[in-house]
Amino acid sequence: MDDLVITPSVLEKAKQHIEDALIKAGVHTVLLIDDAGNVVANCGRSGSGFDTTALAALAAANFGATSQIARLIGEEDFTLLFHRGKKDSIHFAKVGNRLILITIFGEEISLGLVRLRVAQLTKTIEKIFNLDN
Amino acid sequence: MALIDLSRKEVHCKIVYYGPGRGGKTTNLLYIYNAMSQGVRGKMLTIETKGDRTLFFDLLPLTLGKINDFDVRIQLYTVPGQTIYEATRKLVLKGVDGVVFVADSLKVRRDKNIESLIDLEKNLDEYGLSIREIPLVLQYNKRDLANSVIPILSVEEMEETLNKQLQVPSFEAAATKGIGVFETLKEISKRTIKYVAKKHLLTDI
Repeated sequence: MDDLVITPSVLEKAKQHIEDALIKAGVHTVLLIDDAGNVVANCGRSGSGFDTTALAALAAANFGATSQIARLIGEEDFTLLFHRGKKDSIHFAKVGNRLILITIFGEEISLGLVRLRVAQLTKTIEKIFNLDN
Repeated sequence: MALIDLSRKEVHCKIVYYGPGRGGKTTNLLYIYNAMSQGVRGKMLTIETKGDRTLFFDLLPLTLGKINDFDVRIQLYTVPGQTIYEATRKLVLKGVDGVVFVADSLKVRRDKNIESLIDLEKNLDEYGLSIREIPLVLQYNKRDLANSVIPILSVEEMEETLNKQLQVPSFEAAATKGIGVFETLKEISKRTIKYVAKKHLLTDI
């Protein structure tokens, strides 16, 4: 597995797309992480009060565990995960085979819209980072 | 798989503490967490455990100074040691840059140490990594039991069974008392950072 090297221009481009597609639509926090659990980009509400390092590590592990579950039932992979909370919900989507996009949003935005925007965004980010599938 | 962020000038490395169950991996992290100042360490994350056993992993993020203007951030992980958690162990190894193998000095754990080292080699291999290439340090934990009635393995025996072929640095430790904990961390951090930095020409060391 190669190391992930992120240049300022790639990061800026990705952040701009995340802002336009999700933050402007009302999502309050978006994290782009790698599958080892490192935070690549953090967009939206700053100082959300939660520990992003821990969130990234848990999300990567959660995604990894779910992939194993998928394989056990004969699926190759689950490409997205969603957990609904009372106030906030969290949506995880795979970007290529190296990155995971985590979207945290409240009741004011629908899951349908998040899923639609995330589906478009993951393709865009994949191209920006030039990730292989 | 290190993350090199040229925008924020940060290098993120992942070091995993591997080894048989109840060998002292979490104890190593807890000692580091308690001994380091708040400015250097992040919050320690422990996923719900069954009694004193790690079920998924523990995580301790550290900031270890700079190398050529890049902030070095290291994340220390532990794996669940028990044989049945093989799938979880493999998950935690994903993207690893350096490994500390914490071996148990108890005589009765001799075979468990060997089994775990073979398991490490196999799991690294599945990620396309070689145990002979990845930065690796051995720690022989529970050396303080040498003065007790519990039979323990001699350092020579442990070297013979675990390190004869690998020939990597090894440290005697008593993690509950902090003996050898920082020596191990220092060596694996140095090796891991050197390995990553060299690969990306961040330095000419």
